[in-house]
Amino acid sequence: MTRQTFSRRGVLKSGAATGAGLALPTIFTASSAAAFTNAPTGSSVTLGFNVPQTGAYADEGADELRAFELAVEHLNGGGDGGMLQTFSSQALDGTGILGKKVEFVTGDTQTKSDAARASAQSMIQKDGAIMISGGSSSGVAVAVQGLCQEAGVIFMAGLTHSNDTTGKDRKANGFRHFFNAYMSAAALAPVLQNLYGTDRRAYHLTADYTWGWTQEESIAAATEAMGWQTAEKVRTPLGAGDFSSYIAPVLNSGADVLVLNHYGGDMVNSLTQAVQFGLRERQANGKDFQIVVPLYSELMARGAGQAIKGIPGSQNWDWKLEDAGTKAFVKSFGEKYGFPPSQAAHTCYVQTLLYADAVTRAGDFNPCAVVEALEGYEFDGLGNGPTLYRAEDHQCFKDVVVVKGAENPQDEFHLVEIVEVTPTEQVTYAHDHPMFAGGSLGECNPGA
Amino acid sequence: MLGLERRDLTILIAVAVITLFAPIILNPFPTGSALAQFNAGYPDLMQRFVIFGIFAIGFNILFGLTGYLSFGHAAFLGIGSYSAVWMFKLLSMNVIPAILLSIVMAGLFALVIGFVSLRRSGIYFSILTLAFAQMSYNLAYSVLTPVTNGETGLQITLSDPRILDGESSGLPVTSLFGAEMRDTTTLFVGPWSWDFSVGYYFCAALMLVAFYISVRIFRSPFGMMLRAVKSNQQRMNYTGLNSRPYTLAAFVISGMYAGLAGGLLAAMDPLAGADRMQWTASGEVVLMTILGGAGTLIGPVLGAGFIKYFENIFSKINDGILHQWFAFMPDGLENFVVAVIHPFIGKGWHLTLGIMFMLVVIFLPGGLVEGASRVGRVFRRRDRKADHVESDAARQRAAAE
Repeated sequence: MTRQTFSRRGVLKSGAATGAGLALPTIFTASSAAAFTNAPTGSSVTLGFNVPQTGAYADEGADELRAFELAVEHLNGGGDGGMLQTFSSQALDGTGILGKKVEFVTGDTQTKSDAARASAQSMIQKDGAIMISGGSSSGVAVAVQGLCQEAGVIFMAGLTHSNDTTGKDRKANGFRHFFNAYMSAAALAPVLQNLYGTDRRAYHLTADYTWGWTQEESIAAATEAMGWQTAEKVRTPLGAGDFSSYIAPVLNSGADVLVLNHYGGDMVNSLTQAVQFGLRERQANGKDFQIVVPLYSELMARGAGQAIKGIPGSQNWDWKLEDAGTKAFVKSFGEKYGFPPSQAAHTCYVQTLLYADAVTRAGDFNPCAVVEALEGYEFDGLGNGPTLYRAEDHQCFKDVVVVKGAENPQDEFHLVEIVEVTPTEQVTYAHDHPMFAGGSLGECNPGA
Repeated sequence: MLGLERRDLTILIAVAVITLFAPIILNPFPTGSALAQFNAGYPDLMQRFVIFGIFAIGFNILFGLTGYLSFGHAAFLGIGSYSAVWMFKLLSMNVIPAILLSIVMAGLFALVIGFVSLRRSGIYFSILTLAFAQMSYNLAYSVLTPVTNGETGLQITLSDPRILDGESSGLPVTSLFGAEMRDTTTLFVGPWSWDFSVGYYFCAALMLVAFYISVRIFRSPFGMMLRAVKSNQQRMNYTGLNSRPYTLAAFVISGMYAGLAGGLLAAMDPLAGADRMQWTASGEVVLMTILGGAGTLIGPVLGAGFIKYFENIFSKINDGILHQWFAFMPDGLENFVVAVIHPFIGKGWHLTLGIMFMLVVIFLPGGLVEGASRVGRVFRRRDRKADHVESDAARQRAAAE
């Protein structure tokens, strides 16, 4: 131990020196203070695309990334412009956003909330991203949306279908173009009634996380309203792989419909195994046994192969729709990559365009100005018909596509056929609907 | 000073200086230059460096001193995070109560898990801890969803009670008596920019305290007992000493370190997910400790920094960036070089890390610290025979295996 002596003069001196040292950095920062996080200063603006590149949703993530690249190309005036021509707002002219060239950074969410937040955090802090988009799981979307709210950047949700994203976990800085579980149920119920009648008993197998819960709740409510009964609701862990132990009890449950609230690889496995168990050839309560998959995608249909034939479900968008926007998008995507886009790609592409358009109309990158420009915004020409970004919960309201697995697909891109397009009015709900209650947007946060 | 020998004091001061100037040291390349890709000096990553440093320091107290290899330490990290977020939800956004609760909760869990697991040693101990950690993970993931919010992760919301704080208009942020954790001052000097963040310095201060306590434990009679457990527990038992209270104490202390790390993670970013408890996270801290040098003081911190750097920097290099770097080459050669490097970057960062880990274990069994001391010896031939604390520990470890 060394003995030290403190003199009054010494303490005063060193105290003053420390104080001056600590205060020094502030003289540099006074002039550089910006009004909001990551205000673009140079000739370019950076967007962050945070998608699952590894894990159960990697296929969706890869397709989302393709769509983002295409969107950036079109914004910068490259390619054939895609949906820029069909978009009802003609504010975007192919010179980037407000004259700044669009650049982007990518990251891997690993479909884990923690990793997704770390990745988004590095985009915001290191790369100066002013908007984050992407995500292929509602858990991740909710987590990243929270982060963007805190950091003061805009979050344009990609593929996320849980009611909670714009329900109890809604945030002022977050926007969702994709449809949600409630809309799926509202669109699907009349179709199911036509197909299978009003006297049915449903058995639910549900992925055990936010999306599965809200999807199960929505479907059960919608089918019970038309007279169906719910035999049982069983939760399965995400990424379980083997579902046979969950499917065996279905046989003797007295149910005659199986609802699979699964997505991605889980849905492929559970559906294939249910078909292997011979569920579709069975009779229960004097009726043919049926399987329903409320949320569908072409990528999943490809994975499930033969098992998907004739199985009904819903989609946000399908590349076989006949409107001008869809045609323009499918054309430029097909020319660049050689196959049609998935609905995940579509929603990510549209979200990027909507963000760029909102900034241009507002004339400002400030997140609060963007929020103002997007709230209550009505647009058309982006593939879903007339669409409204509702101000109360930042959810898009548009038509929903009801589909079923094709009986005789002509190639691997026609595995799904459109049954009907459910009009917007039928899937619209009040923003304080009980299934969406408990959240509040709060105030927009520009950060800094 | 501080009850330390001169050598240990030198290490402590060196660590203190490095953490103090880390925002500058980690950003060696000017912003906007091509090499800026390798800069690691942004607040989120620096916070991770020191937080996982704390985690590894704590793990090293158990593994480095007693030789008990726990494969379930991530459970304590997760418990710390959940406790902290619940404190933010119920009590206050101040980080102090949150961190205190996370340390206490992790300590309690460590006491229970340690009491059961330490009845066995060697591989059986590792498997028991692994089983406990997987149990915690599955509980958090699906069974206890009302407490943990399952896969989505526990987050703060506007409607939380937060008894001590008043109403707030937006989502509140974590703070230390008013100093917001996310507050960052950016200093521009010429082409460089350096971020000084409140959250980082808060974590860094706690890491220094954690490091200091760990040095004291290493040099104490208690630490000596733990080393004795490692070298020959049976002989120790024959002399009439009951070693279990010592190992249990070490287990609880390292669990509390993990809880502190978990609490800090939540304090920097108020979210707790079940992923944090997965066995891969437990394996990661084992890698950090071995990579840096188990049983050495500074090794685990180095290992933690090394792994987090790879995870966050290498995983973000994509083909586009590679093409930029090699644009000077003729097209065919450029594509070839990019194709060769491709598997090692982006989502292939695990592969690069695996190779580095193999090289270190084969050629530097004492970890990065041994590498540093070998380099040091080349430059200081005179004291080749002089005893150095770190190489000493590394040698002891090699002898014990």
